[in-house]
Amino acid sequence: MESIARLLQLIPKYSELPEFLRALIPVVVSCVVVFALLALAVLFLVWMERKVSAHIQDRLGPMYVGGWHGWAQTLADALKLLLKEDIVPASVDRTLFKMAPFIVFLGAFAAYVVLPFGATSFVADLNIGILYIVAVGSLSVIGIIMAGWASNNKYSLYGGMRAAAQIISYEIPSAMAIMTVIIPVGSLSMVDIVNAQKGGIQNWFILRNPFTFLGFIVYFIASLAEVNRTPFDIPEAESELVAGYHTEYSGMRFAFFFLAEYANMFLVAGVATTLFLGGWTQVIPGSFIAPQLLPGPIVFFLKALLIIFVQMWLRWSLPRLRVDQLMYLSWKVLLPISFVLVLGVGCLAVYW
Amino acid sequence: MLNYFRDIGLGIVTVLKSMGVAWRHLFTPSVTLQYPTQKWTMPERSRSKLFNKIEDCIGCGQCARVCPTNCITIQTEKRGKEEPEIFASDGTAIKLRTYVYDIDMTLCCYCALCTFGCPTHCLFMTGEYEYAVYDKVCHIYPFATEKQMISKTPKQQPAEKA
Repeated sequence: MESIARLLQLIPKYSELPEFLRALIPVVVSCVVVFALLALAVLFLVWMERKVSAHIQDRLGPMYVGGWHGWAQTLADALKLLLKEDIVPASVDRTLFKMAPFIVFLGAFAAYVVLPFGATSFVADLNIGILYIVAVGSLSVIGIIMAGWASNNKYSLYGGMRAAAQIISYEIPSAMAIMTVIIPVGSLSMVDIVNAQKGGIQNWFILRNPFTFLGFIVYFIASLAEVNRTPFDIPEAESELVAGYHTEYSGMRFAFFFLAEYANMFLVAGVATTLFLGGWTQVIPGSFIAPQLLPGPIVFFLKALLIIFVQMWLRWSLPRLRVDQLMYLSWKVLLPISFVLVLGVGCLAVYW
Repeated sequence: MLNYFRDIGLGIVTVLKSMGVAWRHLFTPSVTLQYPTQKWTMPERSRSKLFNKIEDCIGCGQCARVCPTNCITIQTEKRGKEEPEIFASDGTAIKLRTYVYDIDMTLCCYCALCTFGCPTHCLFMTGEYEYAVYDKVCHIYPFATEKQMISKTPKQQPAEKA
């Protein structure tokens, strides 16, 4: 936001505007920029998901729209969704039904505020950054339950309940895995966490010590469950629940659920990148070709894409877990492991 | 307690195995055929759209007689004595003028019985399978090129005699 505010200073007569406008405009502009980038990223991710899934299943996926390997397919699908009729079924709770997709999306979108895409490109550097992400991420549960309840449909309700149970259970191991990074850094700020990992691949937390490496694995699994992706997609299990909590949605509102799903996916990948893969820092610093081989945001996106690729790869190689298996994994496997990890990292921090 | 760790280990191993399978399939060439641009080569004896090479047709009408759905309409007349003799490509003399030879592909049941009976092998199945049209009438394919001889004097009708 600071860099955007500095850019806005270049506009003539900007400093003559009233005080509250000068405070407000950078906020709005940075929100629009993040939203536009996010929408682009989601369009790309949906295309990538379709391509990866197709090639894993020995298919080709979209090939025609746009020319080169169907790159415009998701653009066409998004336009189609925008043009579709906005159906609100007769027996739904209208207010909740209409609000739910936007709350789900809000939960995903608000967390992007503290995600550092580059050394200077972030909206805000909160001193409680990662805690804020964990807290705001839970907002989407409310939206999902609202959608499930308001739809007045048993499958939607089942989906909403399952989503709530799942997301709340997996918040604990994921927060504990985040702790393994917070303890050595000693700060909750995302920028401080990235700065602690400067200086190449050996300083990344994924390779610092075995505890943070396992912490990364635990966070990765828990984050998969938090964004409701296969193998943890029981909230929208197609073969059991039609489409889960968004069964009754169509058109624009469905598009918002879809957007939120992929925005969440990118968010957890971004958080994993920031915490464990060094964020926007270079893989090899001071490379002999150029001191800064690639700009920070591009490095960040590449690392996040790598994690998203693994998410997709997992999705298309594993079947869905049963509800009891899901809870077993969370409470009996990931939670004890993450406690041990936090203990280990704490011991290292004290005695090393 | 031992079982617990064994289960976790087994879980990790099986997940990695299935990911390995997925990884291998990521790079196997895809089996998709990009249909409108790439097409199958049809098997030699595939049954599809019928074609009559009318220059070889002797107008015997065996195809129309054998057809279970009566989709072939054939009308012939004797060629005049004064007309030059013509032959099919296998040497059979063509004594009849086929002035109507219509195949209604909407009725055809693709049994190919007509092609087996054809003495000069002028009626056969092409490999063509894309011939959807907007109107059913377009599915009646006329093959006859010669017109009915109008110079020929019509026979006296028995009804007129009476």
